Amino acid sequence: MRFWDEETETLEKQKLRELQLERLRKTLRRIYQKVPHYRTKFQQANVKPEDIKHIEDVNKLPFTTKEDLYVDYPFGLVTLPLDKLIRLHTSSGTTGKPKAIFFSKKDINNSAELIARCLVMTGAQRGDILQNSMTYGLFTGAFVMHYGAEKVGILVIPAGPGNTERQINLMKDFGTTMLHITPSYALYMASVIYDKGIDPRRDLKLKRAYLGAEPYSEETRKKIEDMLGIDIYNCYGLTEMNGPGVGFECKYKAGLHIWEDNFLMEIINPDTGEPLPDGEIGELVLTTLNREAMPLVRYRTRDLTRIISESCKCGRTHKRISRILGRSDDMFIVKGVNIFPQQIEQVLMSIKGVAQNYQIVLESYDEMTVKVEIDRELFDGRIEKLVRMKEEIVDKIRSTTMVKPKVELLEPGTLPISEGKAKRVIDNRTI
Amino acid sequence: MNKVYMISVFAENKPGRLERITKVLTEANINILAFSITSTNGFGVIKFMVNKWKEAFDLLKERGFTVSLNEAIGIEMKDQPGGLYEVVKILSSKGINIESASVYVAETRKRAYLIVEIEDTAKAMDILKGENLKFLNPEEIK
Ligand SMILES: [Zn+2]
Repeated sequence: MRFWDEETETLEKQKLRELQLERLRKTLRRIYQKVPHYRTKFQQANVKPEDIKHIEDVNKLPFTTKEDLYVDYPFGLVTLPLDKLIRLHTSSGTTGKPKAIFFSKKDINNSAELIARCLVMTGAQRGDILQNSMTYGLFTGAFVMHYGAEKVGILVIPAGPGNTERQINLMKDFGTTMLHITPSYALYMASVIYDKGIDPRRDLKLKRAYLGAEPYSEETRKKIEDMLGIDIYNCYGLTEMNGPGVGFECKYKAGLHIWEDNFLMEIINPDTGEPLPDGEIGELVLTTLNREAMPLVRYRTRDLTRIISESCKCGRTHKRISRILGRSDDMFIVKGVNIFPQQIEQVLMSIKGVAQNYQIVLESYDEMTVKVEIDRELFDGRIEKLVRMKEEIVDKIRSTTMVKPKVELLEPGTLPISEGKAKRVIDNRTI
Repeated sequence: MNKVYMISVFAENKPGRLERITKVLTEANINILAFSITSTNGFGVIKFMVNKWKEAFDLLKERGFTVSLNEAIGIEMKDQPGGLYEVVKILSSKGINIESASVYVAETRKRAYLIVEIEDTAKAMDILKGENLKFLNPEEIK
């Protein structure tokens, strides 16, 4: 089976736009009528649902930010009476209270439908066995995947995270073929499998894994793929938008398809809110097009990515986004160019001889200094090698960001040790 | 084989780096016999030949320096005009590329060695076997 819903997944682009417009207008009429907060916002922006005549008109609409989710908390943005709501999921907020997202029966069924498309897109089918090692709880991750897999006819093992010993036994005893797991836990599990002397290619039946919920690099993907002898698919989602299954990679692993019949995506400049053309990096903004209980319009995800509009070899017409490149809050501007630390990080990770730790120092608006520690283990006493490595860093950062950096090679241990979210950017600029 | 060792230390171009390194060696009573500094914009590599190379290497590593241990050979130079020229002429005629060099004066005005790091020490020594060269014996500097 190549498609779960072939007609929708391969819908002609023009028809897809028409469907989007129809669903957008329906969504707008619904919230204008039923959500006082949205009606006020629209009135303040001097726009009515009927003003949206083309899909491009979407940029006349106001954004929804996470702050909007706390207005008339917790039911403020809900369009249905309480007895039509069947599920609450939350996601951690910054104000102390969690963001509360409600789902109707139709919404839950629809989110499972989207996951079914995603799974089939990666080659999964009836007969596969999914070990779901995400947390079953307030967070959407595990549930949505669980329902979607069941819809395809996949046997689901609701393992949840942790207890690695048991996880491995489940894989061995029941012949798990697929994992749904966070990247950090996958790496850990793979190393435990090795320590136990298990040869995953011989002793396990794993074929693929779905990794999400945390950022991870292409190098990490390759590493886990090599260790376990499987294919890893990148998945993207957020509780505000159903959870996982918003964006998912197909077999070609070249960007994540966004189900455009369900989500309208835009990329904006996070500073100005201006829409950016396809291909440019900016903040992902999503509008739900097929949600009943709690539709969200132009929701600012704070996630940075870019739209890949070229058609995909898999035949699906729905556009893709690149893997999430970082948070829009991390972005900084040098020489008028938007840059985010993850771009620099990706470059550094691809270069042999530099350690993981780095820092970006900004002293003026047209220069950035990247400080990198050298890798103690790879130092061989040759200065020419270090000079070449430094040139390579400069060249690669320049070609990635369009800004030629100053690079400083430092002795290991010079930079502050990264504790979780390390302070990567030191901005010493004054206006 | 008469091979000796050079200790290389990575250093940012900042005041006090050389002082910090030499202090560690002094306190351990390690004698620096030859040294060189190569530096470029921002950073450099300091190289030492010492009497107790293994001890010095371990000590610097333990103290958090970025160090590597590299093989080298010491070739005696005649104390006369052209002494250095004679040695490098032989090396270049044999296609041996010098990656780093420093000088070890064994006895002032009498005996000095050119200490060179090259890509393949064993191969180079083999090539140089038939030449009229005197190599520094590692026993001599212990
Ligand atoms: Zn595709």
